[in-house]
Amino acid sequence: MIHVEDLTKYYHDFCAVDHINFDVSRGEILGLLGPNGAGKTTTLKMLTGFFPPSRGDIRIKDLSVAENPLEIKQMLGYLPESSPFYRDMLVYDYLSYVAAVRGIAAGDIPARLEYLAGLCGLSEVMHKAVGELSKGLNQRVGLAHAMMNDPEILILDEPTQGLDPNQIVEIRSLIKKIGEEKTVIFSTHILSEAEATCDRIMIIDQGKIVADDATEALKQGTQQGPALHLTLKNADAQSVRSRLESVPGVQAVHLRENAEAGALGVTLECTPQQDLRESVYRTIRETDWILLDFHQETRTLESIFSSLTRQVTKEN
Amino acid sequence: MRQFPHVLKKECSGYFVSPIAYIVIAIFLVVAGWFFFSTFFIYGQASMRKFFNLLPLIFSFVIPAITMRLFSEELNTGAYELLATLPVTRTDIILGKFAAGVVMTAAMLAPTLIYPICIAFLGDLDWGPVIGGYIGAILLGGAFSAIGLFASSLTRNQIIAFILGTAICVGLTLIDRMLMFFPGAVVNVLEYLAAGAHFESIARGVIDTRDIIYFLSVMFIGLYATGLSLQYKE
Repeated sequence: MIHVEDLTKYYHDFCAVDHINFDVSRGEILGLLGPNGAGKTTTLKMLTGFFPPSRGDIRIKDLSVAENPLEIKQMLGYLPESSPFYRDMLVYDYLSYVAAVRGIAAGDIPARLEYLAGLCGLSEVMHKAVGELSKGLNQRVGLAHAMMNDPEILILDEPTQGLDPNQIVEIRSLIKKIGEEKTVIFSTHILSEAEATCDRIMIIDQGKIVADDATEALKQGTQQGPALHLTLKNADAQSVRSRLESVPGVQAVHLRENAEAGALGVTLECTPQQDLRESVYRTIRETDWILLDFHQETRTLESIFSSLTRQVTKEN
Repeated sequence: MRQFPHVLKKECSGYFVSPIAYIVIAIFLVVAGWFFFSTFFIYGQASMRKFFNLLPLIFSFVIPAITMRLFSEELNTGAYELLATLPVTRTDIILGKFAAGVVMTAAMLAPTLIYPICIAFLGDLDWGPVIGGYIGAILLGGAFSAIGLFASSLTRNQIIAFILGTAICVGLTLIDRMLMFFPGAVVNVLEYLAAGAHFESIARGVIDTRDIIYFLSVMFIGLYATGLSLQYKE
């Protein structure tokens, strides 16, 4: 559906998007995740044809965004960050204007607006000025705007930014509902949001893709396993390191400085998809160490995100 | 199908639904009416000439005030991003907004049509210069709208857009009155650039193709520069 190749964007000397490649299939909900300034919005703006890339190509249904901007814009629905609408216009007038520009026949506009008002929960506010609406209703107007021509692809830039928790849940369920039929790409820096909504997550940091996988696969981890945390008493660092490193599946042993007084904090990095709790416990049982604490850290999206984005920072 | 009529309709409703249009029209009528009628009875001539003489300078302030929001506001709020991602070309956006500026100029001039009708009752009015004057006023309004639109596309700040637009329009209006300050080599060029002189020529009732080409050229250059400015911003 969407093919992105060697996409690069420079703002003068600053490289905002750095040679990224990805594909998006029909009916997929792709979450673009990354810290602020990672290049998410720039990527989305290039996908919509708002501005051209410095290098690379974007093809949607085999049409180049650069060569066929109008055809591509007909296929896309876009909700920019913070839904910047015309505050003086009534919701109905604004959406009618969008419908007219989208080429919907004048006779079909009322029916389309009625359908979208129902879908996005705007029926009660169609006669109000956009500037009078709450942030949540504004985002709903944005979604109605984006879905006006029943687009095949929806691109949403931080659609839940600034919303209260109830509104976030509502918008998320709306996106999921839309995603049952459409291809949705949305950016966020809220991890739980990506986890709750997306089929696939792409993590971007400093303009580069640092992870790209199905949400579940990313959580289970293909490159990094779970971590085991131990707090030991009556144990010296050297013997702990040598004994635990010998346990099959342990990739690295780190000693923590923040353990309680008189105790030794240890973190074990384990091979992915292996549960080493039993073998580690048996190893400890053979010694005279006193086990004060023993738990496994489940790999969360937060830990993946944090380790990947820190890694890119270190490399640079 | 071209989308600029939709942009034009939206911009016109933006003017006429809010008080902007009525305030600008009222200010224009008060200022132009005051200056025109304060000397009209002293001269004792059934002529609109004095009214048309005032127009270039009044338009230099009023039209940039009308056009200052057309792009600046959208660039400031981010609404331009929405517009640019709809299936509408940059040309259609620019033409729609420009046409809205011209429509607003025409709406501003429309109430003044009562002046020649009243004057015709008072004396023998020559309708040739009146018709020429209104055609010239629309052309001048179009040229200044294009300049105002360009100024608006340069900045997110409406006040800066207004000052820039006014500076260019006042410059074009008054340049032929400051020719003595310029070297002889450029006087002819600057004289041709003077909007006031071309307008006065049409307002005398003489429709000269050179004047029409001048105004159409200013419109084209203004709109083309607007396109370049937006392209640069994107």
